Amino acid sequence: MADERVPTVIADNAHIVYRIYGSVAPGANTPLASFKRLVTGKKSAAVREVHAVKGVSFVAYRGEAIGLIGTNGSGKSTLLRAIAGLLPVERGGAIYAAGQPSLLGVNAVLMNDLSGIRNVELGCLAMGMSPAQVKERTEEIIEFSGIDERGDFSSLPMKTYSSGMAARLRFSIAAAKKHDVLLIDEALATGDAKFRKRSEQRVRDLRAEAGTVFLVSHSEQSIRDTCERCIWLESGVIRADGPTDDVMKEYETYVRK
Amino acid sequence: MAQTAVADSETGQSLKELARRNGLTAAGRLPGIAEYTRHLWSYRHFIAAFANAKVSASLGTTKLGVVWQVLTPLINAGVYYVIFGLLLNTKQDTNNFIAYLCAGVFIFGFTQSVVQAGSMAITSNINLIRALHFPRASLPIAIALVEVRNMIASMAVLIAIILLTGEPLTVQWLLALPALVLQAIFNAGLALFVSRLCAKVTDIRQLIPYIMRIWMYGSAVLYPVTFFSDRLHGWQLALVEANPMLVFIELIRHALMENVTLAASPLRLWTYAVIWTVLVGVGGYVYFWRGEKGYGRG
Repeated sequence: MADERVPTVIADNAHIVYRIYGSVAPGANTPLASFKRLVTGKKSAAVREVHAVKGVSFVAYRGEAIGLIGTNGSGKSTLLRAIAGLLPVERGGAIYAAGQPSLLGVNAVLMNDLSGIRNVELGCLAMGMSPAQVKERTEEIIEFSGIDERGDFSSLPMKTYSSGMAARLRFSIAAAKKHDVLLIDEALATGDAKFRKRSEQRVRDLRAEAGTVFLVSHSEQSIRDTCERCIWLESGVIRADGPTDDVMKEYETYVRK
Repeated sequence: MAQTAVADSETGQSLKELARRNGLTAAGRLPGIAEYTRHLWSYRHFIAAFANAKVSASLGTTKLGVVWQVLTPLINAGVYYVIFGLLLNTKQDTNNFIAYLCAGVFIFGFTQSVVQAGSMAITSNINLIRALHFPRASLPIAIALVEVRNMIASMAVLIAIILLTGEPLTVQWLLALPALVLQAIFNAGLALFVSRLCAKVTDIRQLIPYIMRIWMYGSAVLYPVTFFSDRLHGWQLALVEANPMLVFIELIRHALMENVTLAASPLRLWTYAVIWTVLVGVGGYVYFWRGEKGYGRG
């Protein structure tokens, strides 16, 4: 069985370390302290390292939808970013992916001063569509996002949108293209029930189009509805990896404790 | 799905092998420069759309809109004229000082605004970078394009000023075009260079206004170029005369004005201009490409 399945994402002992600048303890950034560092040649205390993901290995196959669960700060979003190639993996490990995984997060802002429709065009071009394809898809994307349901909002600047509307538009743009690997970070949590239903359907469609979907969410319901496999991350380590029902059960007992 | 986990652990050390067999590529791999350039070329429509979006986003909040593209250079020239032409009276023996000054201010402003915008190219678009995949060089190149657009308006103003101050329209004016093309490429390289540098060393952005000011004083923008040859000698003079901004400004003055004293012969100026353009254009591009995978880190 394993032979027929095509792997799309492989994480091989992936470690991810954040380097954070400027988060210094009080007292460490005084002129005197800075001068002392310069004189003694000590490494700046302004750089702190956070080991967010510690040696994660898994194989994701084509057609799978994988939910990533875990408590806040467990490294889920970091892992997604690394899969997207936005954060480098430390030496010794690696993450391999088919094609170019696309990360879809709720904090992904396009250009706030531009109208929704121009953001759609810009977003599509940024995903590598040709101008002809963009023309063809624009209307469809606006329609799917449903932002025009209450009047002509697509011609208004995006800064006038509610956060839910903006998130819907961003999701619609990213979901317009067929991705080999689509990474969704809490995106389904925004938007009303109607849109959530529609977007979940879209995620299923994307999966049917032979892609792999990773979903990070705190909504148990949207994980159960869209994913049949779950990876539970805790403090950067995989605690469980398997069918959603089993992993969810384990996770719930852990959280309730 | 449970079987998968078992199968994986059995072939534990050969995950790399499995990836290779299925043609998966390492996330965050740096593409070769030829591949990157091809990729960038396929994003040319995005670059154009992004440049347009930037212009309409920045002018969309003002009432006068596009009029500012002409008004900004006019005000700029006016301020310098009042200070250096009327109050300090630096004109000395330069005839047609207004045209001389405006050519300097506008040509220097072309590069200055590219550097200023370029220093923000990565940091101000970090959300776009983290959300979507496109060759990051699109951003600084789009910024250089925006400034080319602004420069067209500035050139119209400059040509009007030069004609109004009594300079004749000659065939030599055509030389301004290749000079501007060279400067535009030079600017694009500079934007690429500055955007990576400022993304990596955020402190540099604080220094840019001072660097640009020193550069301006070294480019004979506000006073005649003879100022340098009167005061400097040997390597110091050679250094100032090799300054790319001085070269570009002199080329435009040479093209658009009669009877200007140049820093060097036109042939030497053109040679310097071409060398600088190739050096900064290619150098900036390669430097930016080398950092391609780190920009999302912020």
